[in-house]
Order: sequence, then structure tokens, then C-alpha cells
Amino acid sequence: MKYLRTSALALACCGLLFNASVFADKDKDDDKGDKKEKKAATTAKPVTPRGLMLANTCVGCHGQGGSSLGPATPSIAGMAVDTFTDAMKAYREGKRPSTVMGRLAKGYTDEDIAEMSNFFAAQKFVRVAQKTDPDKAKAGKKLHKDNCEKCHEEGGFKDEDGSSILAGQWLPYLQFQLADFNAKKREMPEKMAKRLNAMVKDNGDKALEEVAHFYASQQDKKDK
Amino acid sequence: MNRREFLKTTALGSMATGLMTIPYIAKGAGQKVIVIGGGAGGTIAAKYLKKMDNSLDVTLIERNPDYYSCFMSNEVIGGERKIESIKFNYDRLKKHGINVVIGEVSGGDLNAKTIKVGDKSLNYDKLIVAPGVDMKWGAIEGYDEAASEKMPHAWKAGPQTALLRKQLEAMQDGGVVLITAPANPFRCPPGPYERASLVAQYLKAHKPKSKVIILDAKDDFAKKGLFEQGWKELYGYGTDKALIEWRSAANQGKVVRVDTAKNAVYAGEMGDEVVGAVVNVVPPQKAGQIATVLGLTNDAGWCPVNRKTFESAQAKDVHVIGDACIADAMPKSAYSANSQAKVCAAAVVAALQGKEMVTPAYTNTCYSMVGPNYGISVAAVYNYKADDNSIAPVQGAGGVSAKDASAEDRKREMMYGHSWFTNITEDMFG
Repeated sequence: MKYLRTSALALACCGLLFNASVFADKDKDDDKGDKKEKKAATTAKPVTPRGLMLANTCVGCHGQGGSSLGPATPSIAGMAVDTFTDAMKAYREGKRPSTVMGRLAKGYTDEDIAEMSNFFAAQKFVRVAQKTDPDKAKAGKKLHKDNCEKCHEEGGFKDEDGSSILAGQWLPYLQFQLADFNAKKREMPEKMAKRLNAMVKDNGDKALEEVAHFYASQQDKKDK
Repeated sequence: MNRREFLKTTALGSMATGLMTIPYIAKGAGQKVIVIGGGAGGTIAAKYLKKMDNSLDVTLIERNPDYYSCFMSNEVIGGERKIESIKFNYDRLKKHGINVVIGEVSGGDLNAKTIKVGDKSLNYDKLIVAPGVDMKWGAIEGYDEAASEKMPHAWKAGPQTALLRKQLEAMQDGGVVLITAPANPFRCPPGPYERASLVAQYLKAHKPKSKVIILDAKDDFAKKGLFEQGWKELYGYGTDKALIEWRSAANQGKVVRVDTAKNAVYAGEMGDEVVGAVVNVVPPQKAGQIATVLGLTNDAGWCPVNRKTFESAQAKDVHVIGDACIADAMPKSAYSANSQAKVCAAAVVAALQGKEMVTPAYTNTCYSMVGPNYGISVAAVYNYKADDNSIAPVQGAGGVSAKDASAEDRKREMMYGHSWFTNITEDMFG
């Protein structure tokens, strides 16, 4: 019986580790061969106990496994390692505007940030239905197709090259970020700046509101 | 663990074994951990123990079947929120395999590693005590439990919160609301000032001839600059039409006695009488009584602990977390308790598995509401300092919201504060 109990435990532990582990994305490795201009993404490493310890301090605000229940704090589950790392460093160095994150990010070393990033990269982004305006979302969908889709692929469900997962993100957060981009408070990649400025010039500020409603309304990949 | 759980665990484990190699044989199987107290610290400790080692036998003991969070209870008092929205129960925690016992711990024998719940005796391998605070009845002359039915403290949420709200609703326009604030340390340092803010918000809209007077045992308080700035913007602070007045200890604010018959408090060196239409006394506090019963408190009524593991300095295999423990720079807040509980759970699991504990990480994030669309915050990241067994904030990080923040940022902080609430309560009860 003693043996049985011990082995049950070991197996249970495995289950835990399995949950927390990140398996290298085979597809991504295969992509490397064709030498696109894109910078190779940093692959997430298995989560260490220290990484788990650090990530545990985040989820009180950002939600279980980094999926927020809102109404405003963003979900950070499924964020690519590079996206997470860039965001934290930008907060830490005061390059990205924030209310509280800048103050918190200053408390972490590069190594801490890397540890946390591995945890959140391994989590599934869990979407919670939120109230959005169907007309705005519809208009936003068109704006997305015309202006954003090249980088925010697949309706914003994927975080690639720092695109972040936008689909199902909390509406107020999307609104805050778009307002900050538009006010030039938050830095954008050159391509994005061009697109966003042109979109607002052609359609007015309501374009920002509409794309925000579009992304927030995206609950299921199949619906897009 | 019963037979069915055992089988379930094995089945789950087997699926994983195909993919993973076994890194170590853990020693924690079936060992018993008891957590006393189902608040911001206790719920998290119980849940994260199971997350970190599902083979542990974890029991959470809490005396109330329902939990009312102190966090956001000031919005109930101000009328912005219904009390049902701060009410939670322990049903979903059971799904993590935690044994939830609703009952009161009356004592224990820490040498024999047993505690008493009702007429039962439960044994443990590790005990985590998360009792929150109790009021120091009598520390203010005349203020005892009976007095709190007339002059609510509302510093534990639930019936006390509802009572204070009812009194504010019943008060006539022109009434004075007294809020007395204690000296440090106490639960939720910015709490009395957030409460004054949200009561003033209610008065401004419904009873504009009324006012709030805070009688303080201190000359300074948490987020003072931000609160005072908000009060000036919203409630005429510092003018003769002010809806909030703050009397510091130096300005005869320290309350020494209350008289429930007169609805009066007596403050300052001369014991000046101040009468209120509504009197909210936030009395001095100490660790929850069970901590003292178990011999875990010091002379001041708080629990000294090892800051890395939260193991009691006064009892082996017993840990104390949350408001009850002494954690240096960490305030007695829900987020501190949350953070400490996770560190403590890691320490307990490491000890039971005979492993080295990982370097701990602690944070605190705490929001206060000042008025409509007006939130402020304090945040900190802490490290463990082995040389003097202390928890110290990382230099150059943390701090309070910017003094010159825009109205937009104050609004964002309000919304992030509400998100903090939904996410931390899901962490606790989900």
C-alpha cells in the first residue's frame, strides 16, 4: 500500500508539471528554414518553480492563469515570450504609459521577467463574454480587414511578432490602449502608426472605438 | 484521500507519465495540512497547496458559511454596490479536493499537532493559521462588542457593513458622520479614508448639508497626499463647505472613549466630546483570537514569523499568514495576504516533500476609490532579506499613483480596481 501511495503521488506530481510545462512549438521550428524577414520568436522554456512563484504574484490582478474576468484589467494568458518581455521592459523603463504596471515592473529583473513570460506563454487565453455594440463591431471588422489584419492575423486570435492577442480582450483595455496609441503616448511600430493614423484620418476617432468593439466581441475563432 | 480520489489521481497521473519523465519522488502524499480561516490568505493557501501538490490532504476550517469581503465593502457603505456582490461561499473550493469544514476552532495542542473543532480533534502535519484580525475591545474605553451594535466598526464585512449603511440611509440631512481611525498597524491602512470618501460621495448626492469628520490616532495615513487632493477636487476639503474634515492626533483627533447613549466620542488630551448622528469606530486591532489561543501572538497581539516561510517563530510546523502575521513593509491588505499565502504554500509543500524552498516573491497592489470614476492605488514588489529575516520593498519600484495623474488615469484606476476585485475573489473562491 505504501508503494501504491507513493507512486500515485509521483504520478500526480507529473500531472502538475505537465500542466505547467511548455512544449516547444514544432511548427515554429520548421518555419525557421525559409528565412523570412521576421525575427525568430523566442521559444518559451519550461516553467520553473521560481517562475511559478513569480507568476503567482501577477494572477491576483490578471486572473487565473492570466485570464482576467474584467472589466478592464487585460488578460495576459498566451502572450508570446517576446511580447511579454517587451511589454514588461517598456513599463520598467517608463517607455509605455500605465497606471500601476510601471511601478510594479520596476521591481523585476530581466531574469524574473523571462521566468514569468514562460508561464504566461503556456496558458490558454480564456475568453469571457462581454457586452459590445454589434454595429460598432461590424464596422470594426471591416476596418480590421482593411487596416490591421496583415499583422493582427486570424482576427486577432494569435500573438505573433508582438501583435498580442486582441480577440476577446477586455473592451476598456482595448479602448485605453488605442487612445494612448492615437495620442502618441504609447509607441507603435512604424507600419502600425502609418495604418492607424490613416484609419483615423479617413474615418475619424470613431474608427478606434469600432475596432475595439470588433476585437472585444471576438469570442470564438470559428465566428470570425 | 479516499479510494475514489486515489483512483482519479492515478488515472490523471498516468496520462501525463507517457509524456514526462518523473523528476523526483515526492514525499508529501497524503500528509495533512489544516488551514484555519477562509479569508484572503486562508482560501489561497488551501487552493495553492492543492495546485502545487494534489496528493496533500488539505482541510480548510472557517466558522462562517458565507464570506463577505472587506474589499469593496466601502462601496456598499457608500451605496454604490449591493452587499450581495461582496458575498461568497466555499462550494467551488471543494472541487479542488479541499475538505471544507464550517466550524469554529476552539484550541489545540501544538506539541501533539492537533486542533479542536467543536467536539472533534483533528491532527495535522502542517498547520496554517490565517485568522485575520479581531477588535481590541476596551482599548477605546466603552467600545466593546455590544457598543459595536450601536456604533458599528464595519471592519469585518457582513452584518456590520449593512448596519452602517442602514444608519447612513436613516440619517437626516445635516447630520455629522464620525469615523474614528486607529494607530498603525491595522487592517487595510487606507480603508478609513476610502470610507470617508465614499460616504462623502453619498452625502454630496443625497444629504449635502451633512459632513464626515475623521478622528485619527495618527498624524499621517496611507495615500494621504492623493486622498487630500481628491477630497479638494470632489468634496471641498479645506473649505468651510467641506464634506470631509480630518482631525489628526496632533489636532485632538485621537479617540479615547465612547458613550453609546449619547452617540458621542471623546478625543484628544482633554477628551473633548464630539457627537455624531452616525458613529463608525474603527478600533485598534490584533491578530484573530485563535492565534492567541494557540500561543502564536507576541505582546502586541501579532504573530512573529519566519518571513521566508511564514512559519511561526513560536511554534514548529505552524505557519501564520495575512493580517495576523508580522510582515514588515507589507501592509495588512488582501493582496498581501494573497501573496503571503502563495509563498507559504510553496514553503509547506517544499518542507513536506523534503525539498529546498524556492526564493519567495511577494507583491502588494491595493486600490482605493475616492469618488465617481476616481481610483488611486499603491503597489510594491518585495524581496526576502535573509540577513535580518525581513521583507523589504525593492528600491526604486512601487509607490502610489502619480500626484498629477489625469482624470482619465483616475478613471482607469477605478476600473482596474474593480478588476482587481473580480480577479482576486476568483483566485480565492474559484
